[in-house]
Amino acid sequence: MDFSFQYNAQKQPTLKHIDLDIYPGEKILICGASGSGKSTLGNCINGLIPFSYEGKMEGELTVDGIVTKDSSIFELSTRVGTVLQDPDGQFVGLTVAEDIAFALENDCVEQDAMKKQIMEAAKKVGIEERMNNAPYDLSGGQKQRVSMAGVIVDDVKILLFDEPLANLDPYTGKTAIELIDLIKKQTDTTVLIIEHRIEDVLWEKVDRIILMDDGRIVSDTKPEELLRSSLLWKYGIREPLYLTLLKYAGIDVNKVEGIDNIKDLQLKANDKKKIRDWYEAQSKPERVNNNDYILEVEHVDFSYDNSEQILFDVSFKVKQGEMLAIVGKNGAGKSTMCKVICGFERNKTGKILFKGEDVTQSSIRARASHIGYVMQNPNQMISQPMIFDEVAMGIRNLGLSEEELQKRVYDTLKICGLYEFRNWPISALSFGQKKRVTIASILVMGPEVVMLDEPTAGQDLRHYTEIMEFLKELNEKGITIILITHDMHLMLEYTDRSIVFTDGRIVADKSGSAVLCDRELIQRAALKETSLFYIAEMTGIDDPVDFVDCFIACDRKERDRGN
Amino acid sequence: MATKVLNYIPKESFIHGLSGTTKLIIFLTFSVLCGLSFDTRVLLFLLLLSFVGFSLSNIRLSEIRLMSTFLIIFLVMNFILLFLFNPEYGPELYGSRTVLFHLFGRYDVTMEQLFYQFNVSLKYVIGFPIAILFISTTNPSEFASSLSQIGVPYRISYSVSLALRYIPDIQQDYHEIAQSQEARGVALGKDVKFFERLKNSAKILLPLVLTSLNRIDDISNSMQLRSFGKYKKRTWYTKKKMTAADYSVIAFCVVLFVVGMIITNQGGNNLFNPFVR
Amino acid sequence: MKNDSVKKVVATGIGAALFFVLARFVAVPSGIPNTNITFQYAIQAVFAVLYGPVVGCLSGFIGHVLCDMSWGGVWWSWAFATGVYGLVVGFFADKINVKDGYFAKKEFFTFVVANLVANLLAWLLIAPIGDIVIYKEDAKLVFTQGLIAGAGDFLFAVVLGGLLLYGYSKTVAKTGSLDKE
Repeated sequence: MDFSFQYNAQKQPTLKHIDLDIYPGEKILICGASGSGKSTLGNCINGLIPFSYEGKMEGELTVDGIVTKDSSIFELSTRVGTVLQDPDGQFVGLTVAEDIAFALENDCVEQDAMKKQIMEAAKKVGIEERMNNAPYDLSGGQKQRVSMAGVIVDDVKILLFDEPLANLDPYTGKTAIELIDLIKKQTDTTVLIIEHRIEDVLWEKVDRIILMDDGRIVSDTKPEELLRSSLLWKYGIREPLYLTLLKYAGIDVNKVEGIDNIKDLQLKANDKKKIRDWYEAQSKPERVNNNDYILEVEHVDFSYDNSEQILFDVSFKVKQGEMLAIVGKNGAGKSTMCKVICGFERNKTGKILFKGEDVTQSSIRARASHIGYVMQNPNQMISQPMIFDEVAMGIRNLGLSEEELQKRVYDTLKICGLYEFRNWPISALSFGQKKRVTIASILVMGPEVVMLDEPTAGQDLRHYTEIMEFLKELNEKGITIILITHDMHLMLEYTDRSIVFTDGRIVADKSGSAVLCDRELIQRAALKETSLFYIAEMTGIDDPVDFVDCFIACDRKERDRGN
Repeated sequence: MATKVLNYIPKESFIHGLSGTTKLIIFLTFSVLCGLSFDTRVLLFLLLLSFVGFSLSNIRLSEIRLMSTFLIIFLVMNFILLFLFNPEYGPELYGSRTVLFHLFGRYDVTMEQLFYQFNVSLKYVIGFPIAILFISTTNPSEFASSLSQIGVPYRISYSVSLALRYIPDIQQDYHEIAQSQEARGVALGKDVKFFERLKNSAKILLPLVLTSLNRIDDISNSMQLRSFGKYKKRTWYTKKKMTAADYSVIAFCVVLFVVGMIITNQGGNNLFNPFVR
Repeated sequence: MKNDSVKKVVATGIGAALFFVLARFVAVPSGIPNTNITFQYAIQAVFAVLYGPVVGCLSGFIGHVLCDMSWGGVWWSWAFATGVYGLVVGFFADKINVKDGYFAKKEFFTFVVANLVANLLAWLLIAPIGDIVIYKEDAKLVFTQGLIAGAGDFLFAVVLGGLLLYGYSKTVAKTGSLDKE
């Protein structure tokens, strides 16, 4: 079959000449960079295209014997169950049970039968203890389980997951992948996973990986074959870390068994030796020490009025010029901590010091000139149509002259690489550029500390690198950067130190590599081991932390050379 | 952070055991009857009934303190406002004027005015325990199915359910947007000039509207993918089975309504007038 | 179209939730003692323009009733007036082509007229008549209240709603021939 699709509003078709067969019972990973058309392909399969988004379709797509364009979204939805990326958008019921029941209600299933089916589906995903909970009593991972139950309740033949890992902390992501595998085995469905974080998906076996780029399928093959090729980097997908390591160590990956999964990886004695040799040859990365504290948090407790306490006796210090990660599971208090630091929320006990000065009592506005906070979703911050106005907003009422104002805005736009767009409407920008606008709109106020909530969530490798390199540049210019993140790789690659939160308390404060080589901590804080740690164990390297550090340093050098 | 939208207090009681549909019918019967009638006897009887209902529900006064305080403040303010605005309205309405005492200026306190204001207050008071009773004993999950039971199209009923579902999310959106804008100097306090304050409001509302529009797209996609709107009707997981108690209460409501209307409209006027000799 | 009807159901729900949140939790002083800037009607007007009369009407009505209920008593006459307001603004939706990215003088003028008509109907006809029928309130009093409320809502809806629609229109604007400078 030869299938193409073009959205009404776009000049170019988003999907071009797709020719793809998926067999019953397969488990397939569809990957590709942003804009590669992988989500569009998913929407064609579940019927959102053409029934919700209009456009020009050529060729035929058959799902379980039905030609989609002659069918209806209802008919398709009894065959294809879709779990969308945003768990809040998908959770439409007031409680867990109601949400799982949603599809059955629409199918006019009688109440008694419905109750039975719901319970079965809930048990399959392990949410049966929480049937009467409201969405805001659930974590992101639990909401996702509800979404899964809500589609398997319908006995669908195909399960489609659209970026299932995007909003989850590392540990929850890992369990989600395990759960998908379990459901597949229990229900014998065909599973399609759309995701660009392939190392995480490959934690459980998949049958095939379809790699997309610019609306075309560029590779459709078994995981081992794809991993052995160099296609992933070429099309902007991060390959598994352990694989990169093997390549650096000069191992011929074509000869390594079990390459598609760290659990199955078989290293020969010779390979292990190569890795150890590589490690010995690395020069130890140096750490810069600077002892001026720019921000100190002392014994902060926090709770919203009349509700449970969120932060318990939190204390930490941030050095000037540091790049710091705050990690931990959803709801552990990371964002709340940052909001308290900015003065958005008021702590009743404890102190916040900025450059040794107590700012606990100063207003949001006063603190904003020292400490900036960039929210995760740029749409929540942008309130002006034009880039210049958006960036200028924060300094408009400071009584600057028009020239001074313009100069400051232009200077900031230059730093952020947005100067040439200064007279553009924001709506013409990409997500990454919008993110930069929001960072610029904070930087213009001249803060020395910038906190960012999940700056790279949902971004593919190219956008991730673009945003992080930009932040690194800022950091090199002397701005202290604090990042809240679920991305373990980001933590390793870019930050000097990590503060780990669990249930409102700080449970660790050490380097990212040290955090990720600490099994007990990883479990407590819902993080995920790096595959490099497994390799260190496998090869008998006794200082895994240093090993990971060496790898990151080497990787950076390699990539700087490549760029 | 996310607050409960409506103050539902789960308990075991006769009222809690009734189906949401029945409670909705009670609520509407009372609201309509109380709205249409100006007959003091009917109103007093309704008030009595609503207190009976309230005591049957096992809801303690302390659990609804906030709402009660609000009602009392409102009643007092409204009472004063009605009097100050036109102290002669009662006499006009009832066609007689019995002065109790003179206050100041044009303000005489008359029996008729007091009686009129008593009736108005009564109407507000009756609505109160009934609304409280309805929201504190009915699980919000049952709202939509109950509305659909009494004949509201299910698409509209489901809108109500969606509203209840997303109020906490939107509240949090607003809160976060307002905070981050405040950090950039968007202030709404008293010290900001009026038009500046309006402009600043728009700087908070625009991101709120745009994120809400995105939300609408996401939600409607996910609802379509799970067959919403497939048939002309749908079933409801939360619908409670009607029991004998439900049917008796509904029958009682019908009788109450009919009798109430008959009494109210005696003499071709819904006004009960004790001042006519 | 089928798809459109689901979107309208959702828009009604989300519109009602916005109405509720803004009416219930957000109090921005207007400068006149004890009166706040009302945001909810501006949002309702925006939804009426974007999604048409039915969504405009129901989102406001549902939001209003839920909000009243959270205080403990529904003021039906005003809730109906809110519904009528959204309905009437929604009737003008076809003439305000904001979804195509246009919101200039002509569209703004139409929006003002829509609000004028809608506010007059809602606050000087439906709400006062309701109050007179239900509470036998003094006609002079209810019309005065209606006039104050209507004037305020008109002002806020036109200014805020206008700014929001303008901002929205910019987000759907075609990129056209933008050049880097």
